[in-house]
Amino acid sequence: MQLDIQNVSKRFGTFQALRDVSLSIDSGELVALLGPSGSGKTTLLRIIAGLETPDSGQVLFEGENVSDLSARHRQVGFVFQHYALFRHMTVFENVAFGLRVRKQRPSKGTIEAKVRELLHLVQLESMGDRYPSQLSGGQRQRVALARALAIEPRVLLLDEPFGALDAQVRKELRRWLRRLHDEMGITGVFVTHDQEEALEVADRVVVTHRGGIEQVGSPAEIYDHPATPFIYQFLGNVNRLSVRLHQGAARIGGLAFPAGGFENAQDLPGIAFVRPHDLGISAEGTEGIPVSLRHAVVIGPTVRLELEGPDHLTLEAELSRSAFDALKAHPGQALWARPESVRAFLEEGER
Amino acid sequence: MSVLAHRLREPSVIPGFGITLGVTLTALSLVVLIPLSALFLKAAGLGFSDFIATAFDSRAMAAYGLSFGAALVAALVNLFFGTLVAWVLVRYRFAGKRILDALIDLPFALPTAVAGIALTTLFAPNGAFGSVLEPLGIKVAFTRLGVILAMIFIGLPFVVRSVQPVLEDLESEVEEAAASLGASRLQTLWLVVLPSLLPALISGFALAFARAVGEYGSIIFIAGNMPGQTEIAPLLIIIKLEQYNYAGATAIASVMLIISFVLLFVINRLQHWRQSRMEGR
Repeated sequence: MQLDIQNVSKRFGTFQALRDVSLSIDSGELVALLGPSGSGKTTLLRIIAGLETPDSGQVLFEGENVSDLSARHRQVGFVFQHYALFRHMTVFENVAFGLRVRKQRPSKGTIEAKVRELLHLVQLESMGDRYPSQLSGGQRQRVALARALAIEPRVLLLDEPFGALDAQVRKELRRWLRRLHDEMGITGVFVTHDQEEALEVADRVVVTHRGGIEQVGSPAEIYDHPATPFIYQFLGNVNRLSVRLHQGAARIGGLAFPAGGFENAQDLPGIAFVRPHDLGISAEGTEGIPVSLRHAVVIGPTVRLELEGPDHLTLEAELSRSAFDALKAHPGQALWARPESVRAFLEEGER
Repeated sequence: MSVLAHRLREPSVIPGFGITLGVTLTALSLVVLIPLSALFLKAAGLGFSDFIATAFDSRAMAAYGLSFGAALVAALVNLFFGTLVAWVLVRYRFAGKRILDALIDLPFALPTAVAGIALTTLFAPNGAFGSVLEPLGIKVAFTRLGVILAMIFIGLPFVVRSVQPVLEDLESEVEEAAASLGASRLQTLWLVVLPSLLPALISGFALAFARAVGEYGSIIFIAGNMPGQTEIAPLLIIIKLEQYNYAGATAIASVMLIISFVLLFVINRLQHWRQSRMEGR
């Protein structure tokens, strides 16, 4: 189902949770809302579900304005971070709930068949008679998912679905959600603050920050071309350098990199981001940043170098095992670090 | 002895089973069990046929019926209104909420005779409410309705205070989940909220019921105390005591005790069963 969010704003007291947010989600897409806590991502999800009312703006399902439709009538599947299962009902009754409260209640046999099918889908066939308290966290979340899917939702919304689970289960459920989505072709939106989760699972990632949308793009786009300094820093694992911006170039250590948008800049202070694997390291040379090797960590086929530059600058570089061996570097050795590509921003532009 | 102790309890890492159980049993014996067995002993002095004759004569039977029947009605009324009060106190924010919250406990603190006198003054045929209700054919003071009213007054806090904390702990997410699955407010309330509250509702009901059965002070003022009509069992006990008929008083007390114990035991089991289902034990 095509989902459109148009100019939605929401304020809680003095806190502006969302400011003028617009977003379109295509039918069958799985979209991640990624952002730090307080960035408005959960509020946006709850507004889509009808659990929260926007102060202004509207939500369209398939082009139809559902802003005045209550959560009950929107037919959305919502999965909560802490499962929100009905504790006094068995797993079977939990999954059947959405079918049993319908105005035109399906026959007992239909419900039974549907619930069995869903329990099979979430691999909990034998758990129908258990109570939620008898299940593990991962199993509870799968019950919550089956319960949400029972109503054949137009869109599936998941609020930090794996946030309360431990790393192993999380990884497993993540892949499983992706597979499930591919099989069912349902439109899905999930909220997360874990960039790895967003990049791994989603078709498209929406980065939120301070109640607004910072960037929308495929996981590769978001990772390779972050639009703002905030995203660079939020995604992490990046080197931050001070540069001078001058006539369309970012200058650093005798090197100049093209910096689009700064053609008229006259020697302005800027910052540039370089990913560890975009940092070339050589033993000899005259260009680049003079650094000394603090230490090197071998992680499987790659080697992570921690380098110390001028003015207490710490840089991280990633080399292949063979490149590192060819370098024959030892701790304390002087090296040259040469960024292969940088992305520069004006220093004031940093938020 | 040690063999017996091992049979009595499951192995546990929590220390102090022996001493805590010992202190508990001693305190319970001194405060509850010994006085109660003395009661039964005294009643037993009556002899079987005399006991039956005293404890189950028509006046006593009417008193039991009124005491337990009215307490049941009052506890049911309290179950409804108490839950409603708890709901309002937990779910809504309004001016004077804290004051209302504090007022709930007043029936706990007020000497019950004061409550009885206040209710009687209001509901007597010339009282503020009584003068309005009387022409409508509703008599409250000096009738069974008055007995129920006094019982409602003293029992209300028990239901409110049982339900309130459980309601506070209920995640709003569970209700949101129900709504997103298509349940109406009424369905959510009936299928999700109330079942979660059930153990608290049962215990609140049990407490209010027990309190109403044992209540004396407030009821005797409003009841009128006509033998066989509006005479409660505790009053009958006092009357026997005033006539120096100690054995007769204890006979009636014994019957009340046994009925109360059986009822409370059943309610307790019911609550335990409900709770264990929810916790999946």
